[in-house]
Amino acid sequence: MNEHSMTVRGKDRYKSGVMEYKKMGYWEPDYTPRDTDVIALFRVTPQDGVDPIEACAAVAGESSTATWTVVWTDRLTAAEKYRAKCYRVDPVPNSPGSYFAYIAYDLDLFEPGSIANLTASIIGNVFGFKPLKALRLEDMRLPIAYVKTFQGPATGIVVERERLDKFGRPLLGATVKPKLGLSGRNYGRVVYEALKGGLDFCKDDENINSQPFMHWRDRFLYCMEAVNRAQAATGEVKGTYLNVTAATMEDMYERADFAKQLGSVIIMIDLVIGYTAIQSMAKWARRNDMILHLHRAGHSTYTRQRLHGVSFRVIAKWMRLAGVDHIHAGTVVGKLEGDPATTRGYYDICRQDFNPATLEHGVFFDQNWASLNQMMPVASGGIHAGQMHQLLDHLGEDVVLQFGGGTIGHPKGIQAGATANRVALEAMILARNEGRDYVHEGPEILAKAAQTCTPLRDALEVWKDVTFNYESTDSPDFVPTATPAM
Amino acid sequence: MRVTQGCFSFLPDLTDEQITAQVQYCLDKGWAVNIEFTDDPHPRNTYWEMWGLPMFDLRDAAGIMKELAECRRVYGDRYIRMSGFDSAHGWESVRISFIVNRPKDEPGFRLQRQEVGGRSIRYTTVSYAVDRPEGERYGDGA
Repeated sequence: MNEHSMTVRGKDRYKSGVMEYKKMGYWEPDYTPRDTDVIALFRVTPQDGVDPIEACAAVAGESSTATWTVVWTDRLTAAEKYRAKCYRVDPVPNSPGSYFAYIAYDLDLFEPGSIANLTASIIGNVFGFKPLKALRLEDMRLPIAYVKTFQGPATGIVVERERLDKFGRPLLGATVKPKLGLSGRNYGRVVYEALKGGLDFCKDDENINSQPFMHWRDRFLYCMEAVNRAQAATGEVKGTYLNVTAATMEDMYERADFAKQLGSVIIMIDLVIGYTAIQSMAKWARRNDMILHLHRAGHSTYTRQRLHGVSFRVIAKWMRLAGVDHIHAGTVVGKLEGDPATTRGYYDICRQDFNPATLEHGVFFDQNWASLNQMMPVASGGIHAGQMHQLLDHLGEDVVLQFGGGTIGHPKGIQAGATANRVALEAMILARNEGRDYVHEGPEILAKAAQTCTPLRDALEVWKDVTFNYESTDSPDFVPTATPAM
Repeated sequence: MRVTQGCFSFLPDLTDEQITAQVQYCLDKGWAVNIEFTDDPHPRNTYWEMWGLPMFDLRDAAGIMKELAECRRVYGDRYIRMSGFDSAHGWESVRISFIVNRPKDEPGFRLQRQEVGGRSIRYTTVSYAVDRPEGERYGDGA
């Protein structure tokens, strides 16, 4: 379906009236994207009876220069340069009625270093466009020239590890539970127990901000007492993600400054604060030697459905540009959505300096990150010590494994829960490094470690049958014959 | 108390056979193995004393284990750690670090609190061991 251009040229192009997008210059199958172009891959599902090429050209048009009719003022500009160009349309494998549209955008369309500006174009108007039933932004290729205009992660994986003096194993965390209702004093108790028991981090949940049961200053003060006590008790650097999410930037800066003043190594924000606020906090974090954790609160409203929305792999790319250090990216085996291949793609986007196009992981483009810092993925939600071998296999070493229920729900208490997780992790790393087939021997390795660790034995017993085996709603649409663009 | 820095502090102390396997893992990855020792295990004491240079060119775990034995002979009453250093672009830092020797008694740390404005507290962690001069902190001095 990629044969020829239909672009009308010369005087006829600007005759007043309505013209199909594919004739206006938004469908250019002969166009070869330049190294400096931003490329977006959309999954386009046209309304019944709408020509797919016209629908894809319309997406290019509505996400760049077009309006619904011809305007003569185009002629006051270098219009051909500014038009996004759809250069390739493929039917989505095994998904009748949907098409992958590859669209190239000239670099001059975007303000340097601004996620707000990038997204205002790419996902601004076009998702509500009537001739489409549904539209999904699947992936983007960000040219080096654009990547270089962003700060990137404030700290990065390497420097985070250096600051924490923790190498060679995943970091361990836990979200304080119950999410809501604990007083500051009780909340700090959970943090102390978990850190002393062996975790590296505790974490506020996404909706812990400043509520009647616990105001933020109280939480910060008690948490830092807990962190410092645990540090002295273990000789290890410890941290707790103090969530500074608030109604205004002024409030967030005030909370972040207080966290810094108290000596916290890390603060946290929620995705719902918006791209501009995230970039502001990333710059603040770089200036103030602070690790910045991002909870992806709200993302499933637009990332989960295959036909409509924005893929999480795109959100991950935007967040790496925006400059957060941690991002929740799925567990594969836990309670939240996450097909293994798709999740692998997200993790690669966080951690590699160069992502090769890997269709089976949903990664459509080569992406060069040009030495932008790496982002630490965080696995959180319904995981426990008995899955340690699977977690290490799926997620690798540079990841924060967060066992909230899997720490606090331990029958012998929070310290015991934390110890169980740490021992399970260290035993698995030791075995992996010794060259053992830890994926298959995982249960034996854990059982052996449990012989000298009662808390681990209890944990393996209480959660032995817990799995979350549901069909994923978002997995790559991939047939081995398809070839990546470019 | 037991200082739990490093990769394997929650496991029983590693045997020499287990340490050899970890060293071999580092060598197989192309990392330089480094031996360091200290008598101040403060969590933010980054620069432990180096036992010679990182062993960039050694490819045999046995040679490194000999160095460890030598280091233990001289500084067996202190903390000794081994680390694997990866000089690859994009990392250029430590990849793994684990304690391979501890003093017989680990006195741990005192947490000092200084009450400052409002309810804020300024915290300071102090190694009990540093109450005595360097070199005399564990046992009868070495």
